[in-house]
Amino acid sequence: MSLFNIFNVAGSALTAQSQRLNVVASNLANADSTTSADGKPYKAKEVVFSATPMGSQSAQGVKVQAVVESNAPMKMVYDPKHPNADAQGYVAMPNVNVVDEMVNMISASRSYQNNVEVMNTSKVLLTKTLTIGQ
Amino acid sequence: MVSKLDDALRFQQTALSLRASRQELLASNIANADTPNYKARDIDFASALQNALSGSGGKLEMSATTNLHLQGNTGTNILGSPVMYRTPTQASADGNTVEMDTERAQFADNALRYEASVKFISDEIKEIMQAIQG
Repeated sequence: MSLFNIFNVAGSALTAQSQRLNVVASNLANADSTTSADGKPYKAKEVVFSATPMGSQSAQGVKVQAVVESNAPMKMVYDPKHPNADAQGYVAMPNVNVVDEMVNMISASRSYQNNVEVMNTSKVLLTKTLTIGQ
Repeated sequence: MVSKLDDALRFQQTALSLRASRQELLASNIANADTPNYKARDIDFASALQNALSGSGGKLEMSATTNLHLQGNTGTNILGSPVMYRTPTQASADGNTVEMDTERAQFADNALRYEASVKFISDEIKEIMQAIQG
């Protein structure tokens, strides 16, 4: 029944978008983290979405194929007093672009809302279908 | 008698199952609004319904007489009718052809028509019950 499959499709999009939002939160929280688990400055992360067949051949859900680290250059800030400053007095700050992250956040949030609407509509249609013949 | 009942309900039943499949396609488009290189897909409902009712299997290609027609067969079929790629009005840089305004409008339209079909089939059943019970 294709209407039930919409829950899987929209659900996969909800999962993917919430993961994207999670990555945005992580990037924003670590916008000033000059060290991370490996001792190097934090690197901005991005999710890579890919379409994936779901149930029938006509339905395509979304999955997060990979979370990749941005290879944008680190921001070099002159601060000789900082404990992580190099010999020239520069500190490597994370390559998080706050504007990009905010745009990503809004986009993820809107897409999430869209898919919630899709789920609600499908639920209404299924409920209506159950009333056939009554 | 039973085949007459079947004939009376066949049109709306076919329409409902096509509407449900189309809803699934549109949900896939909305779910993949942020997936790079995803191509939005849709069916030509009128010809798909004609195909499904005539039982011809829908092997015939649609002839596109204007460039606004859906182009390119995706190789997927719904009730014997080909699923086509949508022609974007404003192409995006990442190769994604989902236009959220179009998709949401079509999604709402399709949902409403699904509900209409549910109402029609319910009314037909009521009429038949009335004829039986007198």
